Amino acid sequence: MAVHTSQSVAKAAGDDVARGRSRGTGNPPPPGKLRRALSTHWYAWTMVAPVVVVIGVIIGYPLVRGIFLSLTDANERNVARSIGVNHLPATYKFVGLDNYADALTGEQFLGTLGWTLVWTVSCVSITFVLGMALANILNRRIAGRSAYRMALILPWAVPGFVSVFAWRFLYNNDRGLLNKILSGAGFDGIDWLGDPTIAKVAVIVVNVWLGVPFIMVALLGGLQSIPGEHYEAAEMDGASAWQRFCHVTLPGLRPVSTTVILLSTIWTFNMFPVIFLLTRGGPGDATQILVTQAYKFSFEISPRDFAQSSTWGVLILVLLLIFATVYRRVLRTQGDDW
Amino acid sequence: MTTATTPAARHSAPKVRKRGERSPLASTALHLTLIVASVIAVFPVLWVLLTSLKPAELASTTDFFKETTFENYTNLIKDTKFLTWFGNSLIVAGLTTLIGVIVSASTGYAVSRFRFPGKRGLMWTLLITQMFPVAVLIVPIYNIMAGMGLLNKPAGLVITYLTISVPFCAWMMKGFFDTIPREIDESGQVDGLTPFGTFWRLILPLAKPGLAVTAFYSFITAWGEVAYASAFMVGEDNLTLAGGLQLFVNQYGAQWGPMTAASVLIAIPAALVFLFAQKHLVTGMSAGAVKG
Repeated sequence: MAVHTSQSVAKAAGDDVARGRSRGTGNPPPPGKLRRALSTHWYAWTMVAPVVVVIGVIIGYPLVRGIFLSLTDANERNVARSIGVNHLPATYKFVGLDNYADALTGEQFLGTLGWTLVWTVSCVSITFVLGMALANILNRRIAGRSAYRMALILPWAVPGFVSVFAWRFLYNNDRGLLNKILSGAGFDGIDWLGDPTIAKVAVIVVNVWLGVPFIMVALLGGLQSIPGEHYEAAEMDGASAWQRFCHVTLPGLRPVSTTVILLSTIWTFNMFPVIFLLTRGGPGDATQILVTQAYKFSFEISPRDFAQSSTWGVLILVLLLIFATVYRRVLRTQGDDW
Repeated sequence: MTTATTPAARHSAPKVRKRGERSPLASTALHLTLIVASVIAVFPVLWVLLTSLKPAELASTTDFFKETTFENYTNLIKDTKFLTWFGNSLIVAGLTTLIGVIVSASTGYAVSRFRFPGKRGLMWTLLITQMFPVAVLIVPIYNIMAGMGLLNKPAGLVITYLTISVPFCAWMMKGFFDTIPREIDESGQVDGLTPFGTFWRLILPLAKPGLAVTAFYSFITAWGEVAYASAFMVGEDNLTLAGGLQLFVNQYGAQWGPMTAASVLIAIPAALVFLFAQKHLVTGMSAGAVKG
C-alpha cells in the first residue's frame, strides 16, 4: 500500500468510480471529478494502457464479432471472401437467437454437454485425489524424495501434444505396447480408441496422466506452508493419522485446493489437444467435448458452419462464467476471502 | 549418551516411534506407491525415446538394445520438413513471448502497487480472458485474419497467441511483483524517482527471475498450442511442430519412426528447462492465483 499515484483524497474515491470494465474512463464521472481522477491516476492508467489496448483490440473486438456471428447464419459460402482478385461481399443475414434455440433444444449440444460434464468431473476428481495422495507422500521425509519428485513432474514438463502422441502410440491397435502386453499375457487386444466406451476411458486416462503433476506440485507447496505445530498439537490431542489429515491437512490446503480445482476444471472443460489429437472426437462423436465439436463445425466439416461454431463458443463461455461465479460465491459464503 | 539409554528404552516401549518415524512396512508401502507412480509417469515418455532409437522396421517390437540406431533422426532431418517446423515454432513462440512480456510488465506492476479506478475491472478481465475457450475466439479471429491476409503467416499466429499470453503474463507478473517488498518502492520515491522510474530502475531488475519464468511459461504455452496452429496454418512449409507432428500420424497410416524421433527432439530440451524452472514456476503461479 505504500506507493500510490494518488494523493489520499482520490484513493478513497477511487474504488467506487468505474469499477465495471477495464476501460479506465468508463462510467464517466462528472467532468471535474474526471479531471481530478486523470491527474491523480494517469500514471497507473498509462502503465496499464498497453494491456488494455491489446486486450480491447485482439480479444474484445473478436469477441464482439463472435457474438455477432452467432446471431447470423454465416458459413463458408456466405462470408466475405476473396477468390483470386474478385472480392465477394458477405451475404449472410441476421437470424436473431435461432442458433441458440437450435443448440439448446437439439440433441447434439445437450448430448455433448453431458459427456463434457462427465469428462470434466471425472478428470478433475481423479486427478485431484491422485495428486493429493502423491503430494502427501512426497511431503514426508523419505529417501530419494527429489528423484521421485522429478519423475512425477515429467508429464507436465513434456509439451502436451508430444505426450498425447506418445499415448496414441501406446494405444495403437496392432503396434501399441498395451495390446502387445495383453497378447503376451494371452488376452485379445483391445480396440482402445475405436470402441466408444473404451475410448472415453482412454482419453480420461491420458488427461489424468497429464494433469496430476500440476495438482501434486501445487498441493505440495500448500502442504509445506502448514505449520508443523498444528500437527504436533493434533497429535498431543490424540488425533489419528486420518483425523490429522481431515482436520489439519485439508483445512490447511483449502486456499490452494480451491484455486487448483477451479483452474483444472476450466482447463479440463476446454481441453482441446487431448481429445483432438487422440481421437478427433471419435469414434463417431463419442468423445467429442464442446470445444472440439465447436472446432469441428468451423474447420472440419464442409461447408464450414461459422455461426453454429460461434454459438457453441459463446455457450461454453457462458457456462464457464456461471460456474466460476457460483464457485466463488459458494466459497465466499463459507468464509473464504478469495 | 543415546547409546546408553537405548537398550532400556527399546525394551520398555518397543512400539513407540518418534514423530516422523515409520514402520518398515509403511516405508515399503510408500516407496512402492512412489515407484509405481513414477513408472507410470515416466514410462510413456521413455518408451517413445527407446522406440526412436530402434530401426524403423523394428518400431513395433518390444525388444530393446538389439540394435540401436539414429536412423530415425537422420531421416527426420533429411527427408521431412522438421527443421522448418521447428523454426516456425521458434519464431512464433519467441515473438509471442517477447511481445507478451514487454506489453504486460508495466501492467503487472501497476496492478500490484497502485490503486486506481478500473483496477478491479481490469483484474477481472485478466482472469476471465484466461478461461476463454479457444472456441469463442477462433472463428472470428480466423475470419479477421483471412480478411487481412494473415492466415498461414507467422505474424497471424503471433497476434492470435497474444490473446493467450498477454492476460496470462500480466497476471503472473503481478504475483511476482507482489513478492518484492514495498519498502523498495518507498526508497525510490524518497530518492525522487517517478513511479515509472521506480518500476524501471529498481523493481524490474529485481523481478528478473520472475520475468524469466513468465517468459518461459508463455513460450512453452505457445510452443505446445494445437487448436489455432492446426486451423490457421496449412501447407507443409507453414506448419508449426504441433501441426507437423500430426502429419506423421494421420488416417493413412502412422510413421512411428520419424514421429518418435521428432517427439524426442521437441520434448527433451523443453523438459530439461522445465525441470530446472519448475520451482519458481509454481511459486509464481500460486502467488498470482491464490492471492488473487
